Amino acid sequence: MTLTILGALPLLGALLISLLGNSQKENLRKLALATSLITFIGVILIAIGFEIDRPGFQFVESYSWIPSLGINFQVGLDGISLILILLSTILVPIVIIGGWNEAEGGRFSVKTFYVLLLVLETMMIGVFSATDVFLFYIFFEAMLVPVYFLIGGFGTGARQAAAVKFLLYSLFGGLLMLASIIGIYVISSNQIGRTFDVAALQTLKIDSLTENLLFLGFFIAFAIKAPLWPLHTWLPDAAKSATPGTSILLLGVLDKVGTFGMIRYGIELFPNASKTFAPYIITLSVISIIYGAILAIGQKDIKGLIAFTSISHFGFITMGIFAITTQGNSGATFYMLNHGFSTAALFLTAGWMITRRGSSTISDFGGLQRVTPLLAWSFFIAGMSSLALPGLSSFVSEFLVLVGTYTRYPVAAIIGTIGIILAALYILIPVQRALHGPTTPGNESLADLNKREIIAIAPIIALIIALGFYPKPALDVINPAATNTVSKAGLSDPEPIVKEGGK
Amino acid sequence: MIFSTPSLEYGALSPMLIILGAAVLAVIVEAFVSPRLRPSVQLALSIGAVLFALGQVVRLRGTETLTAANNSVIIDGPVLFMQGTILVFALLGLFLIADFEQFAAQASAIPGSAEEKSAIQTGKVQTEIYPLTLFAVAGMMLFPAASDLITLFVALEVLSLPLYLMAGLARGRRLLSQEAALKYFLLGAYSSAFFLFGSAFLYGYAGTVQLAGIANAISGAAGNDIFFLIGLGALSVGLLFKVGAVPFHAWTPDVYQGAPTAVTAFMAAATKVAAFGATLRIFYTAVSGAEWSWRPLITGIAIITMVVGSVIAIAQRDVKRLLAYSSIAHAGFLLTGVLALNQSGLAASLFYLATYGITTLGAFALVSLVRDSAGEVTDLNRWVGLAKRSPVIASIFALFLLSFAGIPLTAGFIGKFTIFSAAYENGNIGVVVVGVLSSAIAAFFYIRVIVMMFLTDPEDDSVTVSIPSRFTSSVIWIAAIATLALGIFPTPILDVISSLATFIR
Repeated sequence: MTLTILGALPLLGALLISLLGNSQKENLRKLALATSLITFIGVILIAIGFEIDRPGFQFVESYSWIPSLGINFQVGLDGISLILILLSTILVPIVIIGGWNEAEGGRFSVKTFYVLLLVLETMMIGVFSATDVFLFYIFFEAMLVPVYFLIGGFGTGARQAAAVKFLLYSLFGGLLMLASIIGIYVISSNQIGRTFDVAALQTLKIDSLTENLLFLGFFIAFAIKAPLWPLHTWLPDAAKSATPGTSILLLGVLDKVGTFGMIRYGIELFPNASKTFAPYIITLSVISIIYGAILAIGQKDIKGLIAFTSISHFGFITMGIFAITTQGNSGATFYMLNHGFSTAALFLTAGWMITRRGSSTISDFGGLQRVTPLLAWSFFIAGMSSLALPGLSSFVSEFLVLVGTYTRYPVAAIIGTIGIILAALYILIPVQRALHGPTTPGNESLADLNKREIIAIAPIIALIIALGFYPKPALDVINPAATNTVSKAGLSDPEPIVKEGGK
Repeated sequence: MIFSTPSLEYGALSPMLIILGAAVLAVIVEAFVSPRLRPSVQLALSIGAVLFALGQVVRLRGTETLTAANNSVIIDGPVLFMQGTILVFALLGLFLIADFEQFAAQASAIPGSAEEKSAIQTGKVQTEIYPLTLFAVAGMMLFPAASDLITLFVALEVLSLPLYLMAGLARGRRLLSQEAALKYFLLGAYSSAFFLFGSAFLYGYAGTVQLAGIANAISGAAGNDIFFLIGLGALSVGLLFKVGAVPFHAWTPDVYQGAPTAVTAFMAAATKVAAFGATLRIFYTAVSGAEWSWRPLITGIAIITMVVGSVIAIAQRDVKRLLAYSSIAHAGFLLTGVLALNQSGLAASLFYLATYGITTLGAFALVSLVRDSAGEVTDLNRWVGLAKRSPVIASIFALFLLSFAGIPLTAGFIGKFTIFSAAYENGNIGVVVVGVLSSAIAAFFYIRVIVMMFLTDPEDDSVTVSIPSRFTSSVIWIAAIATLALGIFPTPILDVISSLATFIR
């Protein structure tokens, strides 16, 4: 029952909030924050009880839901899903604290914002813990609805168009995935009886053409979510229009559903097809890395900048996943976590900068280092984490991904490293423009971070630095899962090709 | 010549007999009861008859007979389920019809004439709608139960003729309504002729009009294949017209738009059940042995129906026309259930028909609430910002649209999933992929409506959401709850269906 109760907590909070009056804004926020903190504590307790060395899913629950279709309400955790649930539940309270007034001025009431946010949290926990493909699909699709209203109802600028674009892209991918789910369901009902249990589905024998097609159905859905070039065009629009908090959850967590799905429902479910398509996917990932980075350099809008850096980072993650090596995979999963933190830090600080200045154009800022030192330092550290500065957590993951990829696809890894150089450009240029140099007129009286904002940003920065120096706790959880994925794909790590040095 | 009394299985036929009897009684009421009392008497009579018949259907569950009414009616699981579904839809339809504002005061008066004005002034109300509805319901119940082509044709006419009339009864925009009725009638008559023509050829092929006899003739391979092909082709035209499949769909948008909304709601939900019921029976039992002859054609029609319905719907600016094109797309999805040709296909179709129908009823009931001083507002541009004025109504409409689009946790999703997986099981992978992609196209226009209602600011304030009468609001709430409940916990009804879903032959 543990996981179900955990997942139901935010929903319960949402229910309570919906009972409150719309005018009690302060109480609404406090209740939302309390709910998300309780949920986070719950996840911590689960993480403590998680046995690192035990293979397979833990905290497993299974209830019959629609027996005539073989659908179960079935949840469980492995290392990857635990890490992602941790990430989600850390980010929700931070979003609430960081964007305390974010919900005001939207189309809908403040109450609606927090209800949507908490419903979304339930779905995030659900989507990562589902071990029944049908249940996963339901969360995958249903979570579009709150995000859609969060973007369209509370965003800025062309929020409607962005929300619709986001929804249609995702629905299109989701429906392709539905076709594949139907396919695998029919195969399972012929071979082992109707089931959606992901462990059981891994035992199916599928002929290679069907496997390839089914894999593509899943993969395209995930590549849209992740997003991988050329299916990425919805992301910059959505990120520019959404409120910073929504963007944090969108890029930090929801997009990870795509990369998470590539591992759980791509490689593990269709190992042969994954191997067949891996070279092509790696190619697309490399394009994403370079393309995202180059476009990030050219961005004038600070939110657009973060969106394109994310496209580049998702290229790294996907590359690490489809290298199908232990290092590549654990690097990718660790990257998901770190990307969540650095994106959250970037969006939080960028959001504060934007609300203070009333503009999201990078050139409107300048000399913030002198006016608002704390804000500037936070943005700086977030940026450094985004460019994977050694000593910060993302360096570890980026390094692992590149090493893991190099053993199988050296060319891709080498081109991928160019992404690191470009990253230095796309981060350092805005850092220089916004933080350093003379103070741009109109910025002299901007306020520095207040207590609430410090409380929001401090844990993230602490995590970024701590995991950079001591990534072991995270990697200990991730590594067994990564090894497991690689062995399920029927591969073993290639031997490093190094000539023995003369003695 | 010796006449023998035909033996009738009154028990098995009772649901239909009750409705027919009540219809005849309603005609008498029309003649003898005072105009003042008539509306309430008619409503009570109709609702009572429907409930009574529904009770009989429940009592009959498990009954199976091939030979009712001298070999012309089959009663089996699917028939009883469809009859039950049609009766439920009829009940909800009657609730909507009970709101008289939608109907012409005197249908026979020429629009704009002095006669019409005086009818309006004296507060006349139309009650012919009740017997017409009951006759249509009886025809619909007989249509999927018919076991020979003649009965099938009779049922088709009994269900169609009242509908033609009912489509012309709208109070506002009477010319549009009458045009719709005429169009429906002409095209319907035309397709009936095709149906009859096809029946004649099938008779020529098999030497019998019995569906079982046709199936035997196919397995015996005795007849003339040319006759069979012409016969089946023409018969299919008649059926596909009724289900609203492309290219026989042209009437749908006009009729849906022109007919009074209550009639549209009833017709859209119940006719689909009846027409698909008969289609399923014919293709699953009578001509399943000649699958080679019709599979390519029906596959093609299913594909173009899904695609055309979804694509044209994008361009619609009228909510009733939008729902009409969406119903065309749904006819395409339902045709994949015909193609599945297996037990799960039949079960999935039954579930789909039930859920689609209830959602449709709810959606049209809701459309009838959005009004300005001149009557219903169906122009989508004026629905902009509806959520500001009436968040509850807008949310429920969004729920219906999400169900049409097949978003998880709504009934539409379970329907789509089961019907596509049944089709996939039988190897129709191409159709499933097209179906899934056209769902994606369809999602676009459903979502556009949601955007209009929720995320856009209203421009004109003349549109109001009228307070629904108790009848209408109960329909809306029943539909909303059913849409949600069947999406989250469909097990009970899926179990009922799978225990019933076998055609006896």
